Amino acid sequence: MSAIDRLAAARAKGRPTGMDYIDNLFEGFMEMHGDRRFGDDPAVVAGIARLEGMPVTVIALEKGHNTKEKVKRNFGSAHPEGYRKALRQMHLAEKFGRPVICFVDTAGAYCGIAAEERGQGEAIAENLMEMMTLRVPVVSIFIGEGGSGGALALAVADEVWMLENAVYSVISPEGCASILWKDPGKVKEAAECLKLTAEDLKTLGVVERVVPEYDGDLQKICGELRADLVETLRKNRRVDPAELAARRYARFRRIGAD
Amino acid sequence: MLRKDLFRRPKNEPEDYGRYTAKAHPDIPGEMCVLCPSCKEILFTGVLEDNRYVCPKCGHHFRMNARQRIDMIADEGTFEERDGAMHSKNRIGFPHYEEKLKQARLSSREREGVVCGTAKIGGYDCALFVMDSGFMMGSMGTVVGEKITRLFEYATQNSLPVVGFIVSGGARMQEGILSLMQMAKTSGAVKLHSDAGNLFVAVLTDPTTGGVTASFGMEADVILAEPNALIGFAGPRVIEQTIRQKLPAGFQRAEFLLEKGFVDSLSERSGQKEQITQLLSLHAKGDLT
Repeated sequence: MSAIDRLAAARAKGRPTGMDYIDNLFEGFMEMHGDRRFGDDPAVVAGIARLEGMPVTVIALEKGHNTKEKVKRNFGSAHPEGYRKALRQMHLAEKFGRPVICFVDTAGAYCGIAAEERGQGEAIAENLMEMMTLRVPVVSIFIGEGGSGGALALAVADEVWMLENAVYSVISPEGCASILWKDPGKVKEAAECLKLTAEDLKTLGVVERVVPEYDGDLQKICGELRADLVETLRKNRRVDPAELAARRYARFRRIGAD
Repeated sequence: MLRKDLFRRPKNEPEDYGRYTAKAHPDIPGEMCVLCPSCKEILFTGVLEDNRYVCPKCGHHFRMNARQRIDMIADEGTFEERDGAMHSKNRIGFPHYEEKLKQARLSSREREGVVCGTAKIGGYDCALFVMDSGFMMGSMGTVVGEKITRLFEYATQNSLPVVGFIVSGGARMQEGILSLMQMAKTSGAVKLHSDAGNLFVAVLTDPTTGGVTASFGMEADVILAEPNALIGFAGPRVIEQTIRQKLPAGFQRAEFLLEKGFVDSLSERSGQKEQITQLLSLHAKGDLT
């Protein structure tokens, strides 16, 4: 499959969203709202659940399925309060020793007046800093689109996994084509050049695991994810917290270091 | 100078990296006079140089290159460059990236978009990094990310404060995801420097946007901003396209960020060195009397 086809699949109508994974992977999800500073951002869903009995903190960028939901969720593009809500839950996870699991699916952090006024850049920056030294295991799973800093703000993790048709990029191919080549028609070329597919990113050492999609069979995908998550989180829970954070830094430290 | 020279591009790699002086900056061409974009006053370049590239009439802060900044802020003869020989490779095989890099090296006489080193400012030792808008608009690729990370790590090992002059269009598209990862990498280095009790002062200059705002640009203990500097996550054109309306005057300018609580203080060039010296003095270690 070419990069542009993967991109289309990642954005396809009817593709499972963050809530679908939460419902299928965990038991007894309790949603926790609000950042305690400004408000509650429906583009980010956060809460506590159990994974095979183990309490975990779950955070998802949520696009919504139908038009009404999509509007409510701002099409999965978070405002600063969304990232701050996520960080608040991560700090609670750290306090109570719960692993953190993030689901990423966003075209990017929202670009608007209110988002800038409330410090979109600052909110993302703080997440990057704080997640780097979080003293509990963190796994981020890209289930659809991974748009730039708005995706990275939930992906400073011990391991990053991607569904086989998910994408992750520094800029959308549309943005790249129009900014760099002044030609919005060159989206296909841009998608190729940016190396945004799961396979490419694994080759580049940016993701650890590519998860097969089994022709869209959500039960099968979740079955595999659940087993992998349990194994990885149990393994990482045994690692000393300082060592865990040091390994996380080393994971990012080597990218571009040669 | 003959007019035609202005349009001639040097063909070979420069041999005088890092020796760029005032007159060679793209915003201040090698001419006698320059027009102030803010008040439209015609200014002699000599006058502008003597005034730290600030318009004497309206206070407009012109862009400066990295070497000019270092000359302005570091105590004379104290700057020692680190990792100055690092240069970028075309890691993901992006079309025409090598040519872009070569052009940037020729026009800026720098090997990459940031200059790092150690210096004294007002007598205080510090690690200093200065980004250069003349090199692909200070965009952050793997080399910019690596140089800044190494500087923070060196500063952590040696308990030095870091002073950073920031100018950037954001992550460098031509390095794809690898440039995005530099946001996480630099943030990690800033966090470890911070956790060890060291000071980081950032001076945001025009423009500071994208992935640099959303990483080390906003992670400093003290954030200063030059007057009227454009500072934001999304660029104004992207926002206008998204919301389909014109942005209000002054939006995303330094004064706006000050009002919204994202900047500690404005920093006019006339008092900038004194301001930074005072901060270094207030945070000096082992000097609590």
